[in-house]
Amino acid sequence: MSGKAGFKVQVDAQRCQGHNRCHAIAPELFEVDDYGNARAKGDGSVPPALEEKARLAVKNCPEHAVRMSGKD
Amino acid sequence: MSSRPPVKDWATDFDHIDPRWIENPFPLWDELRQRCPVAHSGRFEGGAYFPSRYQDVRDIAYDTEHFSSRRVVVRDKKLEQLLPSPPITSDPPEHRADRMPLLPPFNAKAVDKLTPGTQTLCARLIDRFIGEGRCDAATAYAQHIPTRVIAHMLGVPEDDGDRFRHWIKMALEVGIYEPHKAMEAIKEMSVYFKDQMARRGTQRSDDLISYVMDLQQDGKPVAEEKRIGALRLILIAGIDTTWSAIGASLWHLATHAEDRRRLVADPSLIDTAVEELLRAYAPVTMAREVVKEVTINGCPMKPGGMVLLSFPAANRDPEMFPDADKVLIDRKENRHAAFGLGIHRCIGSNLARMELRVALEEWLKRIPEFTLAEGEQVTWSEGTVRGPRRLPLVFGA
Repeated sequence: MSGKAGFKVQVDAQRCQGHNRCHAIAPELFEVDDYGNARAKGDGSVPPALEEKARLAVKNCPEHAVRMSGKD
Repeated sequence: MSSRPPVKDWATDFDHIDPRWIENPFPLWDELRQRCPVAHSGRFEGGAYFPSRYQDVRDIAYDTEHFSSRRVVVRDKKLEQLLPSPPITSDPPEHRADRMPLLPPFNAKAVDKLTPGTQTLCARLIDRFIGEGRCDAATAYAQHIPTRVIAHMLGVPEDDGDRFRHWIKMALEVGIYEPHKAMEAIKEMSVYFKDQMARRGTQRSDDLISYVMDLQQDGKPVAEEKRIGALRLILIAGIDTTWSAIGASLWHLATHAEDRRRLVADPSLIDTAVEELLRAYAPVTMAREVVKEVTINGCPMKPGGMVLLSFPAANRDPEMFPDADKVLIDRKENRHAAFGLGIHRCIGSNLARMELRVALEEWLKRIPEFTLAEGEQVTWSEGTVRGPRRLPLVFGA
Protein backbone atom coordinates (compact mmCIF):
# COMPACT_ATOMS: atom_id res chain seq x y z
CA MET A 1 0.00 0.00 0.00
CA SER A 2 1.36 3.40 -0.84
CA GLY A 3 1.12 6.20 1.69
CA LYS A 4 -0.99 8.42 -0.51
CA ALA A 5 -4.10 9.93 0.97
CA GLY A 6 -7.59 8.81 0.13
CA PHE A 7 -8.26 5.62 2.05
CA LYS A 8 -11.55 5.67 3.90
CA VAL A 9 -13.29 3.14 6.10
CA GLN A 10 -16.99 2.68 6.44
CA VAL A 11 -19.33 0.34 8.29
CA ASP A 12 -22.42 -1.05 6.62
CA ALA A 13 -25.05 -0.55 9.31
CA GLN A 14 -27.27 -3.22 7.74
CA ARG A 15 -24.57 -5.84 8.14
CA CYS A 16 -23.03 -4.79 11.46
CA GLN A 17 -24.16 -7.05 14.31
CA GLY A 18 -22.07 -5.50 17.04
CA HIS A 19 -19.16 -7.94 17.27
CA ASN A 20 -17.00 -4.94 18.19
CA ARG A 21 -13.93 -6.26 16.38
CA CYS A 22 -13.25 -3.08 14.39
CA HIS A 23 -13.38 -0.95 17.51
CA ALA A 24 -11.15 -3.34 19.43
CA ILE A 25 -8.55 -3.37 16.65
CA ALA A 26 -8.67 0.28 15.60
CA PRO A 27 -10.36 2.46 18.25
CA GLU A 28 -8.83 5.47 16.48
CA LEU A 29 -11.00 4.77 13.43
CA PHE A 30 -14.24 3.27 14.77
CA GLU A 31 -16.72 4.01 17.51
CA VAL A 32 -19.60 1.94 18.85
CA ASP A 33 -22.88 3.05 20.37
CA ASP A 34 -24.48 1.58 23.50
CA TYR A 35 -26.00 -1.21 21.41
CA GLY A 36 -22.69 -2.21 19.89
CA ASN A 37 -23.41 -0.73 16.45
CA ALA A 38 -20.16 0.45 14.92
CA ARG A 39 -19.51 3.41 12.68
CA ALA A 40 -16.44 5.10 11.28
CA LYS A 41 -15.24 8.09 13.26
CA GLY A 42 -15.52 11.42 11.48
CA ASP A 43 -15.56 11.01 7.72
CA GLY A 44 -13.73 7.68 7.91
CA SER A 45 -10.43 9.02 6.58
CA VAL A 46 -7.52 6.76 7.40
CA PRO A 47 -4.20 8.46 8.17
CA PRO A 48 -1.31 6.58 6.55
CA ALA A 49 -0.04 5.39 9.94
CA LEU A 50 -3.34 3.59 10.56
CA GLU A 51 -3.70 1.88 7.20
CA GLU A 52 -2.60 -1.50 8.53
CA LYS A 53 -5.04 -1.28 11.44
CA ALA A 54 -7.81 -0.31 9.05
CA ARG A 55 -7.00 -3.29 6.84
CA LEU A 56 -7.12 -5.62 9.86
CA ALA A 57 -10.45 -4.15 10.96
CA VAL A 58 -11.82 -5.07 7.53
CA LYS A 59 -10.33 -8.56 7.63
CA ASN A 60 -11.61 -9.37 11.11
CA CYS A 61 -15.24 -8.38 10.73
CA PRO A 62 -17.24 -11.63 10.89
CA GLU A 63 -20.16 -9.99 9.07
CA HIS A 64 -18.12 -8.36 6.27
CA ALA A 65 -19.59 -5.04 7.38
CA VAL A 66 -16.37 -3.03 7.40
CA ARG A 67 -15.06 -1.75 4.09
CA MET A 68 -12.07 0.27 3.05
CA SER A 69 -12.54 2.50 0.03
CA GLY A 70 -12.32 0.37 -3.06
CA LYS A 71 -10.99 -2.61 -1.16
CA ASP A 72 -12.33 -5.52 0.82
CA MET B 1 -23.67 -40.69 29.27
CA SER B 2 -26.51 -42.49 27.56
CA SER B 3 -26.07 -45.81 25.80
CA ARG B 4 -26.57 -45.26 22.10
CA PRO B 5 -25.84 -47.41 19.10
CA PRO B 6 -22.41 -46.50 17.69
CA VAL B 7 -22.38 -44.38 14.55
CA LYS B 8 -21.80 -46.45 11.39
CA ASP B 9 -21.67 -43.63 8.87
CA TRP B 10 -21.23 -40.02 9.93
CA ALA B 11 -22.79 -38.75 6.70
CA THR B 12 -26.13 -40.48 7.20
CA ASP B 13 -26.25 -41.23 10.91
CA PHE B 14 -24.24 -38.57 12.78
CA ASP B 15 -24.60 -38.23 16.53
CA HIS B 16 -23.17 -35.23 18.33
CA ILE B 17 -23.10 -37.09 21.62
CA ASP B 18 -21.21 -40.09 20.30
CA PRO B 19 -18.01 -40.51 22.38
CA ARG B 20 -15.82 -40.01 19.30
CA TRP B 21 -17.51 -36.69 18.48
CA ILE B 22 -17.23 -35.56 22.10
CA GLU B 23 -13.56 -36.50 22.40
CA ASN B 24 -12.22 -35.18 19.09
CA PRO B 25 -14.77 -34.07 16.49
CA PHE B 26 -12.34 -32.28 14.18
CA PRO B 27 -11.27 -35.22 11.96
CA LEU B 28 -14.93 -36.24 11.61
CA TRP B 29 -15.87 -32.75 10.42
CA ASP B 30 -12.90 -32.60 8.04
CA GLU B 31 -14.01 -35.86 6.48
CA LEU B 32 -17.64 -34.74 6.18
CA ARG B 33 -16.67 -31.42 4.62
CA GLN B 34 -15.01 -33.42 1.82
CA ARG B 35 -17.44 -36.25 1.46
CA CYS B 36 -20.86 -34.91 2.47
CA PRO B 37 -20.91 -31.24 3.46
CA VAL B 38 -24.49 -31.45 4.66
CA ALA B 39 -24.82 -34.65 6.67
CA HIS B 40 -28.10 -36.06 7.95
CA SER B 41 -29.20 -38.17 10.86
CA GLY B 42 -32.48 -39.87 11.66
CA ARG B 43 -31.57 -40.22 15.31
CA PHE B 44 -33.33 -37.02 16.26
CA GLU B 45 -37.03 -36.26 16.06
CA GLY B 46 -37.80 -34.68 12.70
CA GLY B 47 -34.34 -35.63 11.44
CA ALA B 48 -31.29 -33.41 11.74
CA TYR B 49 -28.88 -31.89 9.22
CA PHE B 50 -25.26 -31.08 9.90
CA PRO B 51 -23.58 -28.58 7.58
CA SER B 52 -19.81 -28.55 8.10
CA ARG B 53 -18.74 -25.83 5.65
CA TYR B 54 -18.40 -22.23 6.71
CA GLN B 55 -20.44 -20.88 3.80
CA ASP B 56 -23.41 -23.16 4.48
CA VAL B 57 -23.39 -22.38 8.20
CA ARG B 58 -23.30 -18.69 7.33
CA ASP B 59 -26.12 -18.95 4.79
CA ILE B 60 -28.34 -20.71 7.33
CA ALA B 61 -27.50 -18.26 10.12
CA TYR B 62 -28.54 -15.39 7.83
CA ASP B 63 -31.69 -17.08 6.54
CA THR B 64 -34.47 -16.36 9.02
CA GLU B 65 -37.14 -17.07 6.43
CA HIS B 66 -36.53 -20.82 6.15
CA PHE B 67 -34.94 -21.41 9.55
CA SER B 68 -36.45 -20.61 12.93
CA SER B 69 -34.62 -20.18 16.23
CA ARG B 70 -37.58 -21.35 18.28
CA ARG B 71 -35.63 -24.53 19.08
CA VAL B 72 -31.91 -24.00 19.64
CA VAL B 73 -30.88 -27.47 20.81
CA VAL B 74 -31.01 -30.67 18.75
CA ARG B 75 -32.55 -33.31 21.04
CA ASP B 76 -33.61 -36.94 20.55
CA LYS B 77 -37.18 -35.77 21.11
CA LYS B 78 -38.34 -32.20 20.76
CA LEU B 79 -39.51 -30.58 23.99
CA GLU B 80 -43.29 -30.89 24.11
CA GLN B 81 -43.57 -27.21 24.95
CA LEU B 82 -41.77 -24.28 23.40
CA LEU B 83 -40.20 -22.37 26.27
CA PRO B 84 -39.01 -19.08 24.84
CA SER B 85 -35.77 -17.64 26.14
CA PRO B 86 -35.79 -14.40 24.18
CA PRO B 87 -33.96 -13.18 22.21
CA ILE B 88 -32.07 -16.41 21.39
CA THR B 89 -35.33 -18.22 20.59
CA SER B 90 -36.94 -15.21 18.87
CA ASP B 91 -37.39 -14.82 15.13
CA PRO B 92 -38.02 -11.62 13.19
CA PRO B 93 -39.96 -9.45 13.54
CA GLU B 94 -40.15 -9.88 17.35
CA HIS B 95 -36.45 -10.58 17.64
CA ARG B 96 -35.25 -7.01 17.39
CA ALA B 97 -37.42 -5.66 20.18
CA ASP B 98 -36.56 -8.65 22.39
CA ARG B 99 -32.85 -8.16 21.84
CA MET B 100 -32.26 -4.41 21.88
CA PRO B 101 -32.77 -3.74 25.60
CA LEU B 102 -30.38 -6.53 26.59
CA LEU B 103 -27.47 -5.12 24.60
CA PRO B 104 -26.35 -2.14 26.75
CA PRO B 105 -25.61 -4.14 29.94
CA PHE B 106 -23.16 -6.25 27.91
CA ASN B 107 -21.53 -3.55 25.80
CA ALA B 108 -17.79 -2.94 25.82
CA LYS B 109 -18.01 -0.06 28.28
CA ALA B 110 -20.05 -2.05 30.78
CA VAL B 111 -17.66 -5.00 30.45
CA ASP B 112 -14.58 -2.81 30.99
CA LYS B 113 -15.91 -1.99 34.44
CA LEU B 114 -15.97 -5.68 35.31
CA THR B 115 -12.34 -6.28 34.34
CA PRO B 116 -10.59 -5.40 37.64
CA GLY B 117 -12.99 -7.57 39.66
CA THR B 118 -12.42 -10.47 37.28
CA GLN B 119 -8.65 -10.10 37.65
CA THR B 120 -8.99 -10.26 41.43
CA LEU B 121 -11.31 -13.25 41.19
CA CYS B 122 -8.85 -15.18 39.01
CA ALA B 123 -5.93 -14.35 41.29
CA ARG B 124 -7.86 -15.58 44.34
CA LEU B 125 -8.81 -18.82 42.65
CA ILE B 126 -5.16 -19.42 41.76
CA ASP B 127 -4.13 -18.69 45.38
CA ARG B 128 -6.24 -21.64 46.47
CA PHE B 129 -4.42 -24.30 44.46
CA ILE B 130 -1.05 -22.96 43.34
CA GLY B 131 0.69 -24.33 46.47
CA GLU B 132 -0.41 -27.85 45.61
CA GLY B 133 1.44 -27.75 42.32
CA ARG B 134 -1.55 -29.18 40.48
CA CYS B 135 -5.28 -28.71 40.00
CA ASP B 136 -8.26 -29.73 37.98
CA ALA B 137 -8.36 -26.53 35.94
CA ALA B 138 -11.93 -27.20 34.76
CA THR B 139 -13.48 -27.44 38.22
CA ALA B 140 -11.04 -25.43 40.37
CA TYR B 141 -10.56 -22.54 37.95
CA ALA B 142 -12.42 -22.22 34.65
CA GLN B 143 -15.93 -23.02 35.89
CA HIS B 144 -15.87 -20.41 38.67
CA ILE B 145 -14.92 -17.43 36.57
CA PRO B 146 -18.02 -16.96 34.39
CA THR B 147 -20.28 -18.32 37.12
CA ARG B 148 -19.19 -15.72 39.63
CA VAL B 149 -19.11 -12.89 37.13
CA ILE B 150 -22.63 -13.57 35.85
CA ALA B 151 -23.98 -14.16 39.39
CA HIS B 152 -22.56 -10.77 40.33
CA MET B 153 -24.14 -9.12 37.28
CA LEU B 154 -27.54 -10.76 37.86
CA GLY B 155 -27.45 -9.97 41.56
CA VAL B 156 -27.77 -13.55 42.86
CA PRO B 157 -25.55 -15.33 45.40
CA GLU B 158 -22.23 -16.34 43.85
CA ASP B 159 -22.35 -19.51 45.94
CA ASP B 160 -25.38 -20.76 43.99
CA GLY B 161 -22.96 -21.82 41.25
CA ASP B 162 -23.43 -25.55 41.77
CA ARG B 163 -27.16 -25.22 41.20
CA PHE B 164 -26.64 -23.14 38.10
CA ARG B 165 -24.21 -25.64 36.61
CA HIS B 166 -26.56 -28.53 37.41
CA TRP B 167 -29.43 -26.82 35.58
CA ILE B 168 -27.21 -26.08 32.62
CA LYS B 169 -25.96 -29.65 32.39
CA MET B 170 -29.56 -30.86 32.43
CA ALA B 171 -30.73 -28.31 29.87
CA LEU B 172 -27.87 -28.64 27.42
CA GLU B 173 -26.29 -32.07 27.89
CA VAL B 174 -28.46 -34.69 29.62
CA GLY B 175 -31.52 -32.99 28.14
CA ILE B 176 -30.46 -34.06 24.65
CA TYR B 177 -31.40 -37.68 25.36
CA GLU B 178 -33.63 -37.15 28.41
CA PRO B 179 -35.69 -34.12 27.40
CA HIS B 180 -37.84 -34.27 30.55
CA LYS B 181 -34.73 -33.39 32.55
CA ALA B 182 -34.25 -30.30 30.42
CA MET B 183 -37.88 -29.35 31.10
CA GLU B 184 -37.41 -29.86 34.84
CA ALA B 185 -34.28 -27.74 34.91
CA ILE B 186 -35.93 -24.97 32.91
CA LYS B 187 -38.88 -24.99 35.31
CA GLU B 188 -36.59 -24.86 38.34
CA MET B 189 -34.72 -21.92 36.87
CA SER B 190 -38.01 -20.12 36.29
CA VAL B 191 -39.02 -20.67 39.92
CA TYR B 192 -35.62 -19.38 41.03
CA PHE B 193 -35.94 -16.17 39.05
CA LYS B 194 -39.59 -15.66 40.03
CA ASP B 195 -38.46 -15.86 43.63
CA GLN B 196 -35.60 -13.44 42.98
CA MET B 197 -37.99 -10.95 41.42
CA ALA B 198 -40.48 -11.37 44.26
CA ARG B 199 -37.72 -10.66 46.78
CA ARG B 200 -36.96 -7.40 45.08
CA GLY B 201 -40.60 -6.35 45.28
CA THR B 202 -40.60 -2.68 44.52
CA GLN B 203 -36.94 -2.28 45.49
CA ARG B 204 -34.43 -2.03 42.70
CA SER B 205 -30.70 -2.37 42.76
CA ASP B 206 -28.00 -2.02 40.18
CA ASP B 207 -28.28 -5.59 38.91
CA LEU B 208 -29.57 -7.36 35.82
CA ILE B 209 -32.60 -8.90 37.53
CA SER B 210 -33.78 -5.43 38.49
CA TYR B 211 -33.03 -4.22 34.98
CA VAL B 212 -35.00 -7.04 33.35
CA MET B 213 -37.90 -6.62 35.80
CA ASP B 214 -38.50 -3.11 34.50
CA LEU B 215 -38.23 -3.88 30.79
CA GLN B 216 -40.92 -2.32 28.67
CA GLN B 217 -42.06 -2.86 25.13
CA ASP B 218 -44.26 -0.33 23.38
CA GLY B 219 -44.79 1.45 26.69
CA LYS B 220 -46.04 -1.69 28.44
CA PRO B 221 -44.18 -3.98 30.84
CA VAL B 222 -42.78 -7.04 29.10
CA ALA B 223 -44.73 -10.22 29.89
CA GLU B 224 -43.38 -12.11 32.90
CA GLU B 225 -42.78 -15.26 30.87
CA LYS B 226 -40.50 -13.32 28.54
CA ARG B 227 -38.62 -11.63 31.34
CA ILE B 228 -37.99 -14.94 33.06
CA GLY B 229 -36.96 -16.50 29.77
CA ALA B 230 -34.42 -13.73 29.22
CA LEU B 231 -32.98 -14.27 32.71
CA ARG B 232 -32.71 -18.01 32.10
CA LEU B 233 -30.89 -17.27 28.88
CA ILE B 234 -28.43 -14.90 30.55
CA LEU B 235 -27.65 -17.52 33.18
CA ILE B 236 -27.27 -20.45 30.79
CA ALA B 237 -25.43 -18.60 28.07
CA GLY B 238 -23.12 -16.83 30.45
CA ILE B 239 -21.69 -19.85 32.24
CA ASP B 240 -21.15 -23.04 30.27
CA THR B 241 -19.82 -21.28 27.22
CA THR B 242 -17.02 -19.21 28.73
CA TRP B 243 -16.13 -21.97 31.18
CA SER B 244 -15.61 -24.16 28.11
CA ALA B 245 -13.57 -21.57 26.24
CA ILE B 246 -11.24 -21.01 29.20
CA GLY B 247 -10.85 -24.75 29.79
CA ALA B 248 -10.22 -25.57 26.14
CA SER B 249 -7.66 -22.77 25.88
CA LEU B 250 -5.79 -24.06 28.94
CA TRP B 251 -5.95 -27.56 27.49
CA HIS B 252 -4.37 -26.24 24.29
CA LEU B 253 -1.62 -24.40 26.17
CA ALA B 254 -0.95 -27.47 28.34
CA THR B 255 -0.51 -29.63 25.26
CA HIS B 256 1.33 -27.11 23.05
CA ALA B 257 4.43 -25.96 24.89
CA GLU B 258 5.63 -23.80 21.99
CA ASP B 259 2.44 -21.69 22.04
CA ARG B 260 2.46 -21.47 25.83
CA ARG B 261 6.07 -20.29 25.96
CA ARG B 262 5.60 -17.84 23.16
CA LEU B 263 2.61 -16.26 24.85
CA VAL B 264 4.45 -16.04 28.16
CA ALA B 265 7.47 -14.46 26.48
CA ASP B 266 5.34 -12.01 24.49
CA PRO B 267 2.11 -11.10 26.33
CA SER B 268 1.20 -8.68 23.54
CA LEU B 269 0.11 -11.74 21.54
CA ILE B 270 -2.86 -12.19 23.86
CA ASP B 271 -5.36 -10.43 21.57
CA THR B 272 -4.70 -12.57 18.52
CA ALA B 273 -4.24 -15.66 20.71
CA VAL B 274 -7.68 -15.20 22.29
CA GLU B 275 -9.32 -14.85 18.87
CA GLU B 276 -7.48 -17.88 17.53
CA LEU B 277 -8.36 -20.03 20.54
CA LEU B 278 -11.99 -18.94 20.11
CA ARG B 279 -11.83 -19.93 16.45
CA ALA B 280 -10.18 -23.29 16.97
CA TYR B 281 -12.10 -24.30 20.11
CA ALA B 282 -15.35 -22.40 19.64
CA PRO B 283 -17.52 -23.92 22.33
CA VAL B 284 -21.02 -23.21 21.08
CA THR B 285 -23.08 -25.15 18.56
CA MET B 286 -26.57 -23.80 18.01
CA ALA B 287 -29.58 -25.23 16.20
CA ARG B 288 -32.34 -24.09 13.90
CA GLU B 289 -35.64 -25.67 12.93
CA VAL B 290 -36.51 -25.79 9.24
CA VAL B 291 -39.84 -24.00 8.77
CA LYS B 292 -39.99 -23.76 4.97
CA GLU B 293 -38.68 -26.15 2.38
CA VAL B 294 -35.24 -25.05 1.23
CA THR B 295 -32.12 -26.42 -0.44
CA ILE B 296 -28.70 -25.81 1.11
CA ASN B 297 -25.66 -26.69 -0.96
CA GLY B 298 -27.73 -29.15 -2.99
CA CYS B 299 -29.31 -30.75 0.06
CA PRO B 300 -33.10 -30.42 0.28
CA MET B 301 -34.34 -29.69 3.78
CA LYS B 302 -37.84 -30.43 4.97
CA PRO B 303 -39.91 -28.42 7.47
CA GLY B 304 -39.75 -29.95 10.93
CA GLY B 305 -36.15 -31.00 10.45
CA MET B 306 -33.50 -29.61 12.76
CA VAL B 307 -30.14 -28.15 11.78
CA LEU B 308 -27.16 -28.62 14.04
CA LEU B 309 -25.60 -25.22 13.40
CA SER B 310 -21.96 -25.76 14.20
CA PHE B 311 -19.96 -22.56 14.37
CA PRO B 312 -17.06 -24.71 15.61
CA ALA B 313 -17.14 -26.72 12.36
CA ALA B 314 -17.42 -23.55 10.26
CA ASN B 315 -14.34 -22.23 12.04
CA ARG B 316 -12.33 -25.25 10.91
CA ASP B 317 -13.17 -24.94 7.21
CA PRO B 318 -9.91 -24.64 5.25
CA GLU B 319 -11.71 -22.82 2.44
CA MET B 320 -12.31 -19.94 4.83
CA PHE B 321 -9.26 -20.21 7.09
CA PRO B 322 -5.82 -21.08 5.71
CA ASP B 323 -4.24 -23.80 7.90
CA ALA B 324 -7.62 -24.19 9.56
CA ASP B 325 -6.45 -27.24 11.49
CA LYS B 326 -3.49 -25.38 13.01
CA VAL B 327 -3.67 -23.03 15.96
CA LEU B 328 -1.68 -19.92 15.00
CA ILE B 329 -1.71 -17.64 18.01
CA ASP B 330 -0.56 -14.71 15.89
CA ARG B 331 -3.20 -15.21 13.18
CA LYS B 332 -3.97 -11.66 12.12
CA GLU B 333 -6.95 -12.16 9.82
CA ASN B 334 -9.61 -14.05 11.65
CA ARG B 335 -13.26 -13.70 10.72
CA HIS B 336 -14.21 -16.59 12.97
CA ALA B 337 -17.81 -17.29 13.87
CA ALA B 338 -17.41 -18.38 17.50
CA PHE B 339 -20.09 -15.91 18.58
CA GLY B 340 -22.42 -16.72 15.74
CA LEU B 341 -23.24 -14.79 12.60
CA GLY B 342 -26.20 -12.59 11.77
CA ILE B 343 -28.93 -11.30 14.03
CA HIS B 344 -28.26 -13.75 16.87
CA ARG B 345 -24.65 -12.69 17.47
CA CYS B 346 -23.87 -13.59 21.09
CA ILE B 347 -24.91 -10.69 23.30
CA GLY B 348 -22.21 -11.63 25.79
CA SER B 349 -19.32 -11.66 23.34
CA ASN B 350 -17.53 -8.67 24.94
CA LEU B 351 -17.90 -10.28 28.35
CA ALA B 352 -16.71 -13.69 27.18
CA ARG B 353 -13.65 -12.20 25.48
CA MET B 354 -12.75 -10.23 28.59
CA GLU B 355 -13.14 -13.27 30.86
CA LEU B 356 -11.09 -15.50 28.57
CA ARG B 357 -8.33 -12.93 28.21
CA VAL B 358 -8.13 -12.18 31.94
CA ALA B 359 -8.31 -15.88 32.87
CA LEU B 360 -5.35 -16.66 30.61
CA GLU B 361 -3.31 -13.59 31.58
CA GLU B 362 -3.68 -14.17 35.30
CA TRP B 363 -2.94 -17.88 34.94
CA LEU B 364 0.16 -17.43 32.76
CA LYS B 365 1.59 -14.77 35.09
CA ARG B 366 1.53 -17.19 37.99
CA ILE B 367 1.74 -20.56 36.26
CA PRO B 368 3.79 -20.17 33.08
CA GLU B 369 4.65 -23.87 32.87
CA PHE B 370 2.05 -26.64 33.06
CA THR B 371 1.18 -29.92 31.41
CA LEU B 372 -1.59 -32.51 31.50
CA ALA B 373 -1.27 -34.75 34.56
CA GLU B 374 0.06 -38.06 33.32
CA GLY B 375 -2.26 -41.02 33.59
CA GLU B 376 -5.28 -38.89 34.44
CA GLN B 377 -8.15 -38.44 32.06
CA VAL B 378 -9.44 -35.25 30.50
CA THR B 379 -13.20 -35.38 29.95
CA TRP B 380 -15.23 -33.17 27.62
CA SER B 381 -18.85 -32.02 27.83
CA GLU B 382 -21.42 -33.52 25.47
CA GLY B 383 -23.36 -32.00 22.67
CA THR B 384 -24.20 -28.33 22.51
CA VAL B 385 -21.29 -26.69 24.30
CA ARG B 386 -17.82 -28.21 24.04
CA GLY B 387 -15.20 -27.83 26.72
CA PRO B 388 -13.24 -29.85 29.27
CA ARG B 389 -15.15 -30.85 32.38
CA ARG B 390 -12.10 -32.50 33.99
CA LEU B 391 -8.71 -31.03 33.19
CA PRO B 392 -6.02 -32.32 35.56
CA LEU B 393 -2.88 -30.22 35.21
CA VAL B 394 0.51 -30.25 36.94
CA PHE B 395 2.55 -27.08 37.26
CA GLY B 396 6.24 -26.53 36.58
CA ALA B 397 8.54 -27.56 33.76
